[in-house]
Amino acid sequence: MNDIASAGVLGGILISMIRLATPFLYAAVGETFAQTSGVVNLGVDGIMLLSAYGAFYVALNTGNLWLALLTAAAIGLLMGLLMSFISVTLKAEQGISGIGLYMFGLGMSSLLFKITIGTVKTIDGFQPVKIPLLGNIPGVGPILFTHSLPVYGAFLLVPIAWWVLDKTTLGLKIKSVGQNPAAADSLGINVDRIRYFSVCLGAVLAGLAGASLSTALVDLFQDNLTAGQGFIAVALVYFGGWNPWGVLGGALLFSVVNSIQLWMQVLGVKIPSDVAVMLPYLLTIAALTVTVNRVRQPAALNKPFERGES
Amino acid sequence: MQAKKAASKPPSLRRPIFDWSNIVLHFLLPLAGVLAALLIGAVMLIILRADPVAAYAAMVNGAVGSVSGITQSLVKATPLLLVGLGICIAFRANVINIGGEGQIILGAIVATWFPLTFSAWPGWLLIPVTLILGFLAGAAWGFVPGILKARLRVNEILSTIMMNSIAQQFMYLLIRGPLMDPAGIAAGTFLAQSARIPEQATLPRLIPQTLLHAGAILALALAVLVYFFLWRTTIGYRIRAVGLNPDASRYAGINVPFYQALSMTLAGGFAGLAGAIEIMGVQHRLLDGITSGYGFTGIVAALLGSLHPLGLIPASILFGGLLVGANEMQRAVQVPSSLINAILGLIVLFVSGSALWSRRWEARRRLGVQSGEEKS
Repeated sequence: MNDIASAGVLGGILISMIRLATPFLYAAVGETFAQTSGVVNLGVDGIMLLSAYGAFYVALNTGNLWLALLTAAAIGLLMGLLMSFISVTLKAEQGISGIGLYMFGLGMSSLLFKITIGTVKTIDGFQPVKIPLLGNIPGVGPILFTHSLPVYGAFLLVPIAWWVLDKTTLGLKIKSVGQNPAAADSLGINVDRIRYFSVCLGAVLAGLAGASLSTALVDLFQDNLTAGQGFIAVALVYFGGWNPWGVLGGALLFSVVNSIQLWMQVLGVKIPSDVAVMLPYLLTIAALTVTVNRVRQPAALNKPFERGES
Repeated sequence: MQAKKAASKPPSLRRPIFDWSNIVLHFLLPLAGVLAALLIGAVMLIILRADPVAAYAAMVNGAVGSVSGITQSLVKATPLLLVGLGICIAFRANVINIGGEGQIILGAIVATWFPLTFSAWPGWLLIPVTLILGFLAGAAWGFVPGILKARLRVNEILSTIMMNSIAQQFMYLLIRGPLMDPAGIAAGTFLAQSARIPEQATLPRLIPQTLLHAGAILALALAVLVYFFLWRTTIGYRIRAVGLNPDASRYAGINVPFYQALSMTLAGGFAGLAGAIEIMGVQHRLLDGITSGYGFTGIVAALLGSLHPLGLIPASILFGGLLVGANEMQRAVQVPSSLINAILGLIVLFVSGSALWSRRWEARRRLGVQSGEEKS
């Protein structure tokens, strides 16, 4: 147990915490937009899978990582449009349509992977970039300021999302259609358009979450690469109380548990790996239980809007 | 109100024998969703440079082209029907059970462990006890998200998905540890699977030389039973009332959280039974991939069967056939069977998207009935 407490291991745990938080941040901050507008997109995991595949495929064949990110964002956008069409225009039960989107992404990514790539291959993904000056601070520099660009992007996203949601007219509109779509509608806000925008923005970010996995963190693609991370991201939005800073706290908490779990395996601490792998899922249920009803959720969450109803 | 109106009119006028709008709503609209998804599947095949006609022909041929194909389709329809029944019950209480996978695993674990431990018991005792225990194990796994939803309003979709992952890891732990096949350990292969359950614990075959087992009959009987449960018993009525309008149910004195938790527990039980039957009728041992994704495909079948126990019977047979056909397609034209998972996802999207039309249709029909009554 002495090993775990040593400075080197502690640094290692923090570094992997920051890395592991990246896909959660993209996906959960994106989902925060969708849910603030009143739409629960449960298909995040499916979007992540298909975009992770798309980004990996492009990176493998062209070597261009930026093109890979762009592909992932485009796949996210298309799937977001599909989700909004079904859930906003056709007013489907969001829990069900989201599961449909997940199954589609899971099946499609597996199909395309088997046909176009076949076996597990690795690529040279995004390399760590040391930020000048800050990266040289002893102790802190290597932990906080020596990461790949998608990792920095995920952390930058949090204040940006907070600013957009809390300080701009657009954010106010998103909140209003999530709280009281009928009132927003009577004030001339196009409810459907705002919801389309929010769901699609969330889906694009979910796409980047997938790409960050396959091109910056593990640098490979395989069947069901995400292993349910998209669903945990949705849970993080509840946990974070529909606030990007809360989401950041949740993502860091999850990642630190995950990274301690990984390091314990590396160091050979005697707990079965299967039990350790269960931890994040148990933690998610616990987190949902503890945080439920703590913060008021958007009043129109999960409720399709139809003019003249209610 | 309704009852009075019905009593004052001859029943034949209120309910025509062929209710066309019902047929369109609950049969044609879902079927159109399936066809649209298959059509998009064909486009994907063309893009992937595979021949869609050959692929779908192989699919149909695999599913219904031979006795072995037909019986295999029915074998796969069995767990779909059982899981779907549970999803119907939960859905009627407005509780969404995505936890089928985990509940199947729990049922399968218990149905492996129990016969291996009590291998001396005679079959007539061992089989029913194991089936009941499988049901109870799944029910316990469904009870947890059920009670969390009912008492603490924890989102059941997310909690059931987490319970799936936990069950999966729990099963890995067992088949790599306490339940690992002693023969595999002795031979040094260390395959991650359990030993074979004793012969007398396996379900009898309905047709010799095929895989079709007695579990299919049990599932059919249970479908009829669930129909009577939901529409002819007080508990079933209350479950449906809670789903249709929880506030009104509360004012009527119905214990809403109790029936929400109960519906999820029953849903878990049926999925657990599906897992037990999968062990006792098909695999005969616990191994990775025991669920074959039935927990998710069962949702699709339940949606397509309009969340009705009897509608589920044809729907689960259809999807059983699609799953068997997908394997044949993979063999015949080298298109990975994951195509069917993508198509299933599209079906869910389309069927959930078509609910708007069915709602509007239903509303228009009600208006029509009312104005018609005013005239008469």
